[in-house]
Amino acid sequence: MSFALSKEQRMAQQLFRRFAEKEVKPLAQEVDENERFPSETVEKMARFGFLGIPYGKEWEGQGCDTLTYILCVEEMSRFCATTGVIVSAHTSLGCDPIAKYGTPEQKEKYLPDLLSGRKLGAFALTEPGAGTDAAGQQTKAVLDGENYILNGSKIFITNAGQADVYIIFAMTDKSLGTKGISAFIVEKEFPGFSVGKKEKKMGIRGSSTCELIFENCLVPKENMLGKEGKGFGIAMGTLDGGRIGIGAQALGVAQGALDETVAYVKERKQFGKPISAFQNTQFQLAEMQTRIEAARHLVYDAAATKDSGARFSVEAAMAKLYASQTAMEVTTKCVQLHGGYGYMRDYPVERMMRDAKITEIYEGTSEVQLMVVAGALLK
Amino acid sequence: MKIIVCVKQVPDTNEVRLDPVTGTLMREGVPSIVNPDDKAGLEAALRLKDQYGAHVTVLSMGPPQADLALRETLAMGADEAVLLTDKAFSGADTWATSSTLASALSDMEYDLIITGRQAIDGDTAQVGPQIAEHLGLVNISYAEDLRVEDDCVVVKRQFEDRYHIIKAKMPCLITALSEMCEPRYMTPGGIFDAYRSREIKTLVRSDLKIDDDNIGLKGSPTRVVKSFTKAVKGKGTVVALDAHDAVDWITDRLQEKFIL
Repeated sequence: MSFALSKEQRMAQQLFRRFAEKEVKPLAQEVDENERFPSETVEKMARFGFLGIPYGKEWEGQGCDTLTYILCVEEMSRFCATTGVIVSAHTSLGCDPIAKYGTPEQKEKYLPDLLSGRKLGAFALTEPGAGTDAAGQQTKAVLDGENYILNGSKIFITNAGQADVYIIFAMTDKSLGTKGISAFIVEKEFPGFSVGKKEKKMGIRGSSTCELIFENCLVPKENMLGKEGKGFGIAMGTLDGGRIGIGAQALGVAQGALDETVAYVKERKQFGKPISAFQNTQFQLAEMQTRIEAARHLVYDAAATKDSGARFSVEAAMAKLYASQTAMEVTTKCVQLHGGYGYMRDYPVERMMRDAKITEIYEGTSEVQLMVVAGALLK
Repeated sequence: MKIIVCVKQVPDTNEVRLDPVTGTLMREGVPSIVNPDDKAGLEAALRLKDQYGAHVTVLSMGPPQADLALRETLAMGADEAVLLTDKAFSGADTWATSSTLASALSDMEYDLIITGRQAIDGDTAQVGPQIAEHLGLVNISYAEDLRVEDDCVVVKRQFEDRYHIIKAKMPCLITALSEMCEPRYMTPGGIFDAYRSREIKTLVRSDLKIDDDNIGLKGSPTRVVKSFTKAVKGKGTVVALDAHDAVDWITDRLQEKFIL
């Protein structure tokens, strides 16, 4: 297995790095501090095509591949995990289901606006009683003439309140369990749709995470995504792709924290010398970079596997599992190497450690990833 | 409107470090970039393209690796890229460079040629004006702003203590300052197209109608008499004293060294 990035992927990586250093890094601390959605960055990313990277030009996408999109999420997340997850949730969760499961009419109607970034996408599966056990959906959809009528609520929805188009999962037949779940494309203007409470979070605080409420929400029949009862498969298939995005986000956070720490230990002096001169520091840095590189291989491999057209569920699960654990471990160690300063908000590693934790939880907890990998082993 | 932008691939001087032992430049591993003034010139051309629908061609002379810089200009939105590359062109000073570029330009169609003011690895600011001389074109250097009015360009030229507003009929040549405009980012799709569906036209020695006396090292009248590494200054001393005591402190030091 080898990941020599192609010439175009390398140039795209340089582009994302330059953009992240210039546009994302200067805002990262303030966005976190004020829990502010970085709309200006999102507008710029839209202008330069960062919100439709792995999709065809016929839908105003960029005509690139998953690996290039992953490089974008990684580079943004090196400085700001909030920006990373905005791209990831929009691309993997908002756009992917329509690109993969949408009818030609649905693609025509929604993809150009989403892939050009004129509109932002989101995905809503989680409910108060249905997290890891996604089958416990309570939101209901009942067909009434030309419309489905949706009632219920969703929680912890990334990009909620900022997004224009939502992929919503609801029970069309409760008696069928997971086979009774259907997917819908819901526009924020649909009557009966509203955005509820905005969550206050430990990390990724600039990302908008809210509740969605459906009160007799009218969704035109033609907005059902895929066939009736196929929603669970769509949700799981979509999350497989999303996990590569979160793996890339975790990878970016870990690399960003390590980069900060390498610079810090060269400056920080104790006992008359920079702490980089101590072997304990050196070995920790080396261990961390090695782990990050291993995570990078898993994440890039999952992306390349998706691009090859092969099944990639297990690769995506392993990539997310390992990269998120790496992010948590590396950021924790980086704070430790910063000592007391690492605990202060003046240094970015404090934020990065808070940001890292969510990567072990959303789009399938680490335990869910273990279930996926174990399931494949014992099949 | 047809615009040709001349660009040079240069080492990113922000990334160049000094060898701590020898004090010389460490060029290894230094990334190459499109010269900043040239990139601003390209951005100016692309803005004219956005406004009026111009056709933008990028022209460069350099080693085959300059392909990277030209792909970047295509990914930013240039329509065409031409690379002059041949061992016969190497070692060129500003005269040979401008002669070679002008020779290629004389076979191309243009209304406007834009070059950067100067390259960050040489800082001569000679190539642009020399091209204009070779081609018998009006040259407006140090452009900080540029707009088109009918068949003329109106340029705001930066001087040390004032600006000149100059109107000139096209065809003409402008040398751009990096302050003129902030270059746009490439797009990921532009990058993929630049590599997968775009060609860079390569011209070699035999494609140009030019004498050997005007190209490469042989055609370069510049002679480097001597090159040396600038002496590294010793570390300074910071003293925190009020003005009166500071004057005493300085005069003491100067007397110690028998300067006073």
